[in-house]
Amino acid sequence: MDEEAAKKLIVETLEKKKGKSKFYLKDFYKMLPDEKPRTVKNLVNKMVGEETLEYWSSGSTTLIGLKGVGKQAGSEDED
Amino acid sequence: MVEFRHKTPLIDQLETGPWTSFVSDIKREHESRMENPKGIDYQFNQDCCDDLLGVLELSYDHGRTHWKHGGIVGVFGYGGGVIGRYCDQPEMFPGVAHFHTMRVNQPMGHFYSTKYLEQLMDLWERRGSGLTNMHGATGDIIFLGTSTPQLEEVFYELTHNINQDLGGSGSNLRTPSDCMGQSMCEFACFDTQEICYQLTMEYQDELHRPAFPYKFKFKFDGCPNCCVASIARSDISFIGTWRDDIRIDQEAVKAYVGGELKSNAGAHASRDWGPFDIQKEVIGLCPTQCMSWDGSKLEINTPECTRCMHCINVMPRALRIGLDTGCSLLLGAKSPILDGAQMATLVVPFIKVEPPYDEIKETVIEPIWDWWMEEGKNRERLGELIKRQGMQKVLEVTGFKAIPQMIQEPRSNPYVFWKEDEVPGGFKRDINEFRKYHQR
Repeated sequence: MDEEAAKKLIVETLEKKKGKSKFYLKDFYKMLPDEKPRTVKNLVNKMVGEETLEYWSSGSTTLIGLKGVGKQAGSEDED
Repeated sequence: MVEFRHKTPLIDQLETGPWTSFVSDIKREHESRMENPKGIDYQFNQDCCDDLLGVLELSYDHGRTHWKHGGIVGVFGYGGGVIGRYCDQPEMFPGVAHFHTMRVNQPMGHFYSTKYLEQLMDLWERRGSGLTNMHGATGDIIFLGTSTPQLEEVFYELTHNINQDLGGSGSNLRTPSDCMGQSMCEFACFDTQEICYQLTMEYQDELHRPAFPYKFKFKFDGCPNCCVASIARSDISFIGTWRDDIRIDQEAVKAYVGGELKSNAGAHASRDWGPFDIQKEVIGLCPTQCMSWDGSKLEINTPECTRCMHCINVMPRALRIGLDTGCSLLLGAKSPILDGAQMATLVVPFIKVEPPYDEIKETVIEPIWDWWMEEGKNRERLGELIKRQGMQKVLEVTGFKAIPQMIQEPRSNPYVFWKEDEVPGGFKRDINEFRKYHQR
């Protein structure tokens, strides 16, 4: 799958999810089952760099979600 | 006299013990921030230390925390190094409503100059709380408490003015950590600082961007004394060792026996333990009983020696590590998260540690990562995956052969099994042929 199609698939899959807004990296592997984990990891990190996705970290574990989506985005805004 | 807004009778008791108290430290920092003798242009709440004491007192009173865990904060391009912290009583304690932690990659072996420390503290007093944790359990320099807008500012100044990077947090490779190694220690079997630095540089992407199901740690101990405790807390533990004989200076052994040299380099000299008894204190304590002393000559049966370091620690002038040095690699140590705490398991008894470390990277680190990334469950450490899928799988992934050292005790945990294609004739047998020789 080419990169743009993979990005589109990730965004569409996340938009369809109900209830949860943050996901483990492994959940992204399942969205692109034909790709190697390392390739998916690089793509997800690139999408964070492009500000489509964002990290959420507890300090010990990192979750990833669509930028601005979910409770944390509102409650953590300093403004 | 600087005033404190919050009364803190419970945590004040922590100042009454015989040791230095972090409560006193925080109070001193509050006084310093209020008096501001250096004329610092504070960019973070000047009274944060007072509120920090207040929220801690409230937690002691309520018996539960008032910190919220985690957040989306970070610096651009990095997925680690910043941990969001928020107080759940922001109106009562506005100074610490946002109080994020930053992890700063510590210099290898924790060597730094006073100028470097001053630069770090000047930055952190101006842009953060001024409170640090030197060093956290991770080994990093921990900056405790700042606001979201200050994160990028701190990161910019760290990288541009102090030539210093952030460390790892979250599901990343954590900041690799090492002992002082050959820079100061004669027991070090490899250059811990060099490999720690080189692997830190090599795996920058894994260090700064989440790559794994959970945290992953490398730690480097120059010898089996294990000062960094890599065997207890790192997913890949590098422990220095040697293959040849312990070097013995027989004259120095006699000097220890005769009392001219102090055992343990005089470390236990505060009490009179009586004259040094080599039989009782060295030979008798050797875990494999591989040593003998006939009154004039010390001998060590090297094939039986497990490099426990006891004899070398007791008589450092007489006994030295061998000359054919390298390290052992152990996998899977962890503290309790999903499963209980476990120590690392030996997988590679000896490997040379030579730049550019290709053998270590290509035969151990990268195959292990590929396997863990594919098979590891969310929040499952490498040690738990090994326990779940078996040591045999580790051997398959890395291509190493099974060795007796992988078994904790004979017959008690035989988790390394033969496969049918490895056994001549396979597992099938002719039952009629068998019955000719064995009755039912």
